[in-house]
Amino acid sequence: MNEYIPQADKEFILKELKRYETPISALIPSLFCIQKRHGWVPAEAVKELSLLSDLPESRINEVLNFYTMFNKKPVGQLHVQVCCNVSCAMNGGRELAKHICETYKVGFEQVSPCGTVTVSPVECLGACDKAPMMQVGQAYYEDLTNESALEVLEKLAFEKAKVSAHV
Amino acid sequence: MSESQLLTEHYHKDTYKSLKGYQADGGYEVLKKAFKMEPQAIIDEVKASGLRGRGGAGFPTGVKWGFLPRNDETRYLLCNADEGEPGTFKDRMMMERAPHQLIEGMIISAFAINSPKSYIYIRGEYDQCIETVTAAIKEAYDAGLLGENILGSGFKHDMDVYYGAGAYICGDETGMISSLEGLKGQPKLKPPFPAVQGYLKKPTIVNNVETLAAVIPIIDKGAEAYKAIGTEKSSGTKLFSVSGCVEKAGNFEVPLGYPLMDLIELAGGLRPGRKLKAVIPGGSSAPVLTAEECLTAKMDYEDLSAKGSMLGSGAVMVIDDSQNMVDLLGVIMHFYHHESCGQCTPCREGTGWLSKMVHSILEGKGRIADLDLILKVANQMKGKTICALSDAAALPALSFVTKFRDEFEDYIKRGHQYAAEALHV
Ligand SMILES: Cc1cc2nc3c(=O)[nH]c(=O)nc-3n(C[C@H](O)[C@H](O)[C@H](O)COP(=O)(O)O)c2cc1C
Ligand code: SF4
Ligand code: FES
Repeated sequence: MNEYIPQADKEFILKELKRYETPISALIPSLFCIQKRHGWVPAEAVKELSLLSDLPESRINEVLNFYTMFNKKPVGQLHVQVCCNVSCAMNGGRELAKHICETYKVGFEQVSPCGTVTVSPVECLGACDKAPMMQVGQAYYEDLTNESALEVLEKLAFEKAKVSAHV
Repeated sequence: MSESQLLTEHYHKDTYKSLKGYQADGGYEVLKKAFKMEPQAIIDEVKASGLRGRGGAGFPTGVKWGFLPRNDETRYLLCNADEGEPGTFKDRMMMERAPHQLIEGMIISAFAINSPKSYIYIRGEYDQCIETVTAAIKEAYDAGLLGENILGSGFKHDMDVYYGAGAYICGDETGMISSLEGLKGQPKLKPPFPAVQGYLKKPTIVNNVETLAAVIPIIDKGAEAYKAIGTEKSSGTKLFSVSGCVEKAGNFEVPLGYPLMDLIELAGGLRPGRKLKAVIPGGSSAPVLTAEECLTAKMDYEDLSAKGSMLGSGAVMVIDDSQNMVDLLGVIMHFYHHESCGQCTPCREGTGWLSKMVHSILEGKGRIADLDLILKVANQMKGKTICALSDAAALPALSFVTKFRDEFEDYIKRGHQYAAEALHV
């Protein structure tokens, strides 16, 4: 009854458990794998990972809670991470983050009523020459304006909707 | 021109990413040369070159390698590609444009210190880098540049990528070791230093991406030639990530000792009609320089340290007169408070206090006496903790408040006026 870690992910995790000098190093890659599947890391998945890896849940939770990239609660379809550190702050990053929030009628770290976005102000993402910037999922979007950022999000949301209409 | 582009000369070519393209421009030739040298001779050459760590602390690389025990114990080489210091984006460019340059530098370094295994620890947000470097490692294995008996030298070396999950503190070398060990990425008390007892309690060398790449021109051209570039004590070139209030932000490789104002010019200069107010010359941990200090500042370890700041990671954040220093200090203090791993009381409590005090000023609730309190708290955070994050938070607080005190006082006096517009998130 492995609902949270399907077979394909299980295979990936089993490989990772053998990949590094110690099995426990596989935790970060495994948690990313779970998050890719669910958008966040549900407690049930942690239980399954514990059985699969033979590592205690407490150790898994320690790692899970330490790192900011792991979502401990559900996020919108698009996790919009807007850099608000110094160089972006000087170039409108915080205004951009607030603008996206207002447009989608949502506060920081919440899921918008339509379920589309979660906006997180984040620290420097190493793209300061292209400020302001945001990361949505894995991809970077740089040299943004309020308008271009919203265009990107609309396009991404449209693609997501198309994909889910197909399944 | 080419003299100052020891690392980035071919970065504009798209082909440079691939093994073929890299080899077409002389890639992996220096590795062949290195294999004909004695490992100790490579260490001596790096020592003689005066190369200092490009990740932030500036420790002499050859000296660090020399701390390894002289026995057969397995030793690890870790590449620090966590690049979390705000304002820094050079390692990202190096990995995306020239992954094989990093791999070649790492094989040479691993051969010098006789390490059978290395990891490149890349910050989790750098998805593109993880992909590019992983693909390049595979290419290198397929071409016999990694694995058993590399290029017939008899030297065996395995390399792999590991990635973080969003924690600035994993950029500290012992934090990174904890993270790689599958633990929370918390720094460890030194000594023992990693070179003696690091990853899995084995001797471990941690070096930044740029440091490991710089080993290539040193072995290629020799320590003397490398030392001829830069200043007497700061040899070689350095990549500077210039951002903030400039026209053409980007990475620039220049000889160490390059005048700061010229570097700003390389980045297109200031925006029309704007005046320089300040520069953070080495990532957000480096004390800020006033516009006047900038006029004579040279981008090398000694000159910046003589000015009470530091070269750090080479992240130059340019601040013009449209910016408010109280606001920017608020951003910086929020960052350190957010990233403190909480092990040491002065850091955990101190970063919280500093952030709270600066934000209360931003909200229009500040008192003039708060400024001295900020200085007092910051001073108490220095030199008391397991890692350097506590100092890294204290230094900007001290330098901002001391050097721009008038601006802080003005903000406090007219705080309610500004507070309405305050943007802190
Ligand atoms: C809080 C903190 C964050 C750090 N972040 C980085 C980083 O992102 N990249 C890096 O190379 N070094 C970073 N360092 C410095 C490392 O501890 C270490 O000195 C460096 O990786 C050594 O390599 P190098 O000698 O080649 O510079 C950081 C240090 C501290 C205390
Ligand atoms: S100084 Fe701060 S970040 Fe470093 S180990 Fe101590 S609490 Fe953690
Ligand atoms: S400050 Fe925003 S990416 Fe660096």
